[in-house]
Parts: sequence; C-alpha cells; structure tokens
Amino acid sequence: MPSSQSPIIDVSHLSATLGERQVLTDVSFRVYPNQVTVILGSSGCGKTTVLKHLIGLYPIRSGQVRIMQQELAALDEPQKQQLSLKMGVLFQNGALLNSITVAENVAIPLEQHTDLPPDVIQDLVRLKLKLVELEHAAHLLPSELSGGMRKRAALARAIALDPPLLFCDEPSAGLDPITMAALDELILNLKHQLGMTIVLITHEVPSIFRLADRIIFLDAGRVVFEGTLQEGLQSGIARIEEFFRKGKGEGMPTRS
Amino acid sequence: MKTRSDAAPSTPAAFAFQLEGDVLYLKGSLVLAGVDQQLPKLKKQLRKYPRKFLRINLRELQRIDSIGVAALQHLRDWLQAQGIKTEIEAVPPGIQQIMQTFAIPPQTAAPAGEKDSALERFGERVYDFWVRDVYEFLLLLVDVIYYSVVDLFQRKAHRKGEFFNQATLIGVNAVPIIGLIAFLIGVVLALQSGEQLRQFGANIFVADLTVVAMVQEMGPLITAIMVAGRSGSSIASEIATMVVTEEVDALKTMGLNPIRFIVVPKMHALVFTLPFLTILADALGITGGLLVAYLNLDLAPQVFYNRMVEVLYVRDVAIGFVKSLVFAVLIVLNGSFFGFRVKGGAEGVGKVTTTAVVGAIILVIVADSILGLIFY
Repeated sequence: MPSSQSPIIDVSHLSATLGERQVLTDVSFRVYPNQVTVILGSSGCGKTTVLKHLIGLYPIRSGQVRIMQQELAALDEPQKQQLSLKMGVLFQNGALLNSITVAENVAIPLEQHTDLPPDVIQDLVRLKLKLVELEHAAHLLPSELSGGMRKRAALARAIALDPPLLFCDEPSAGLDPITMAALDELILNLKHQLGMTIVLITHEVPSIFRLADRIIFLDAGRVVFEGTLQEGLQSGIARIEEFFRKGKGEGMPTRS
Repeated sequence: MKTRSDAAPSTPAAFAFQLEGDVLYLKGSLVLAGVDQQLPKLKKQLRKYPRKFLRINLRELQRIDSIGVAALQHLRDWLQAQGIKTEIEAVPPGIQQIMQTFAIPPQTAAPAGEKDSALERFGERVYDFWVRDVYEFLLLLVDVIYYSVVDLFQRKAHRKGEFFNQATLIGVNAVPIIGLIAFLIGVVLALQSGEQLRQFGANIFVADLTVVAMVQEMGPLITAIMVAGRSGSSIASEIATMVVTEEVDALKTMGLNPIRFIVVPKMHALVFTLPFLTILADALGITGGLLVAYLNLDLAPQVFYNRMVEVLYVRDVAIGFVKSLVFAVLIVLNGSFFGFRVKGGAEGVGKVTTTAVVGAIILVIVADSILGLIFY
C-alpha cells in the first residue's frame, strides 16, 4: 500500500556491476517519510550495494536515485555535501575513527558542520551517548570497546545532527537481545518523536517485526517484493516465507 | 535555489523569538538551522534584559530536536550565570515528550585517575624500555633464531614458494634503488677525497680510499639503511595489519606459529639477499669511484684496478659480509617486534611502522659501530 505522501527516496531501474559481476538488476523501490523501511534478503543479495548507492558512495551508472526530490547523479560536490548533512549513516562495522575517543567521534559532525557553542556540543555528545547507553564509555578509544558498543557509538555519531534520514547497515548484528531491543526502541523513538525516516538493513527477524513499516526484499540483485510487512508475509513468495520461517527457527510467525 | 522541507510531513515555520515583558516566546522549529543562526542574536538581545526573572514560553513552538533541546538548556544555563532565573511554560505535549527523551544528562566527573608524579612516570618509562621491551625483544630474538635454523630443514612450517616470494619482494625489487644510491655514494666519495688528495699529488690513493670505505663501511651500511627503510617498514606494517585484522589469531587457532609462518620466511629471505645486495652496492660504489678517478683525476682504470687488488683483503670483504648478516637479522627482528606490538586500529599500524623504521635505522647504525670496534 503506497503511502499518499511523496517518497523521500525514489529508486528507479538501478543496475550495478562490481567488476564483471552484475550485482543489482533493475532495482526500483520507494521509501516514504516517517517510516522504517527494512531492506532484507539473504547474504550477498546486494543490500549493502543498494545502500552504498543511496548514500552516494557508489556512482550511479544506470538508473535513477532521487533523495529528497534531488537527483543524486546530477548533484555537484557542495550539493552532495549539503545532502549528506541530512543523512546519518551507521556502517556495518561502525567505522569510528580509531585515533580519537568515542566522545570526540560523536562530536566531529557537530564541530565541523555547526557553529554551536562548545558547551552545547558537549551536552549533545553526552545526550547522544546516553541515548545509546554509552555515557560511561565517552573517554574510551574505539579499540577499547566491544563490537556491540562500537556499533552503538557509531549510531550516536550517525544521529549527532538529528538527520531527517537515517541509514543503518545491520545495526543489531552481534548484539545481545536486550541491547538489540533497546536499540530498536531508540530507532522507534527517532521515528515517532523526531519524524526521522529510517532505512534499515537487517537479518534479525525480531527487529524486523518490531520496526518495519515497509519491507523491500532483494534476491540475487533484484527486488522480489516491496510493501508492508503484513503484505510481505501474505504474499506467498517462497523466498520471503522461508526467510521468516528460518529466521524465527519455526513455522510462519504472527505479528506480536 | 529552491529549498524544501525535508522529512517532516507538514512544514513547520522557521525558528523565531520574541521578548515581551518578562516572557520570551520561542516559535517555529527549534532545530539545527534555527539554533545556528538565531542563538547568537537571541543572546545578544538578552544581554540587555534588565530583570531577574524570565519565563520561556513554548506555546508556539512546533518542532524541536535534540539540538534544540541542548540549545534551550544552554540558554537557561547562560541566563542563570547572568543571575537571571528562568522557567519554561506552556509546553505543547509533543514537544514535552521530545524534551523528555532528549533530556540532557548531567555532567559526570571525568574518570578519577590518580596522576602519577614525574618520578613515577620516569620510572615507568625506564621499566617499560629496559625491562619489558628489551626482555620481549630478546624473547622474540630467541624464537626467531631458533625457528629460522630449525625451519631450514623443515619445509612444511611455511607456505611453499614463500621464500622466493619474500626474496623477490625484499631483495630483488630493491636492486635498482640500492644500485643507484651506492653508485652515487662512490662518485661522491671519490670526488670529495680526490679534491683533497690532488693537492698533495696523491691522486692514486683515491682508489684505496674508495675501495676500502665502500667495502668495509659504506656498502653494508648504506644497503642496510636502505633496506631498513624499505622493507623494515613493510614488515612492521604487514604484521601489524595482520594483528589488527585478527589474522595472527586465526593462524594461532589453526595451530600455526605466527613467527614460523610470517617472520621466518622474511628472515631467510633477507639473510640470503642482503649480502648479495651489499656486494652489488660495493661493486657499483667502486665503479662510481673508478669513473670519477678516470674522468676527474686522470687515473687510468687499470691503475685503479691494480691498486684495488693490492689494498683489498679477503678479510675486508668478509667483514662486510658478516655485517650485512647481522643487519639482516636486526631489520627483520625489529620489524616483527614492532609489528606484533601494535595496539588499536589503522592509526596503531601507522605508529608502529614509523617506530619500526626509526628503530631499524638506529639499530643498524649502533650495530655497525659495535662491529667496527670489534673488528678494528
């Protein structure tokens, strides 16, 4: 059920190759504002490649990507930078700068892109770290954190500027169920209270059930399904059924 | 350029403020753009505020985000510091909820760590270097030497072809640069000394000087310093990267000894190639000297050659050879020592690489001095 609003991300006929290998074939989908859209599919199906096109890391060679009514391929460098301020990205492995502390990592976008007074920046850093439950780790270096903590610190950095659009590449992979649930709740809060639009890549079925407004299911570089989670579950597409059945370790789950 | 509101379903007005009596009205959307532009103006206006109490009215505030919440907190703290008490009123429910979610946590004291005195720090440094580092270096030395000898006879300890691979990387690929530098050093030696010797009519001795200096000292030293810079750094950074990316741990869990698997092939390769590189450097350096002697000092090549045969003893060549063996061991040991000590990520790799190059060059020169004292 497409929303009545105009999409915040509009991908049409995106194809991509990595070297000789065709990674994406004619991928089209839309992401609507103030929703959590989950991109899912088995490993190697091209999810991260789609994400890297959306955040401008891969050049668009075939097809179109429009974000916030702007054609990504047509933007020049300053425009791209402006757009990047409105997008927060949480990378698969965190991608924190290793030579500076967690707090300094979170402060970077605030210091570089705003003229806020230093005490406001410090307050914001503390706040963002509290949101991801890492206040106690502010003074530590990324190498001193566990994998899950690193990911949460990276999320704090991604939301430093309160971007309207947040991309998360496997935010909850490698986290314990309690932390995972807390992270999901934070993502829901960002959506409900700040009106953020969130694009998630995740394999965690419980997270998908908690968060997903819409799902985009990729298989071998093609979009197999696009729609709400409920529609996806009832679509009768074997790959989707199998994904959720195996993800839960049992028969078809019901939304709880 | 046309600007649009981004994600918000409805378009909230831009941020504005209005001071009426003792009430400050904040309107529109208190988000990054508004805060960045308006906060300084707002503070400027409030500097002239005469009373001791201010009510901040949020009735017309449509949107706020964490930056807005932090800015509001900052404003209240700032007013407090000016001696003005504040109170927030008429908060719309939606805004109230966001303000609760983004309530700025109180500042926690920095982790209390007792500061060491200068003496303690000095002691720690001395201990770290003379006890811990030297001890670890010696441990590594024993391990590497032991396995380097043992693995000469046990081909299975490392991958097939690794020796030739490393010998090519460390030795053969260094031939052009070492050849060029050695040749130029020979030229410079002959030029400088020739100028002095000519004053005494002792042109002929330029051969003695160039040949002995190149073979005993300059050849081994220059080659070792070049290799230390070139391969010492690559050994350290390669091993450090392997540590950081857990490749070394993976080797251990596969039952492979990282020293045998990574360090020993490099040790074999460098111990084998460095003497050859040194001989090449000697030869090219002498050639440089011969060329200068012929072109600049009118010394016939045959005369230079005869003089060379006369002054050069097997002992000199042997000393150069022994030196180059010692340097080879030191360069590989030093590189792997620093490589295995890496801490942190990419930055750590950079740090140990730098330390390794500096360390290798110092080690080579110190060892050269010690060997010089022993041999002469």
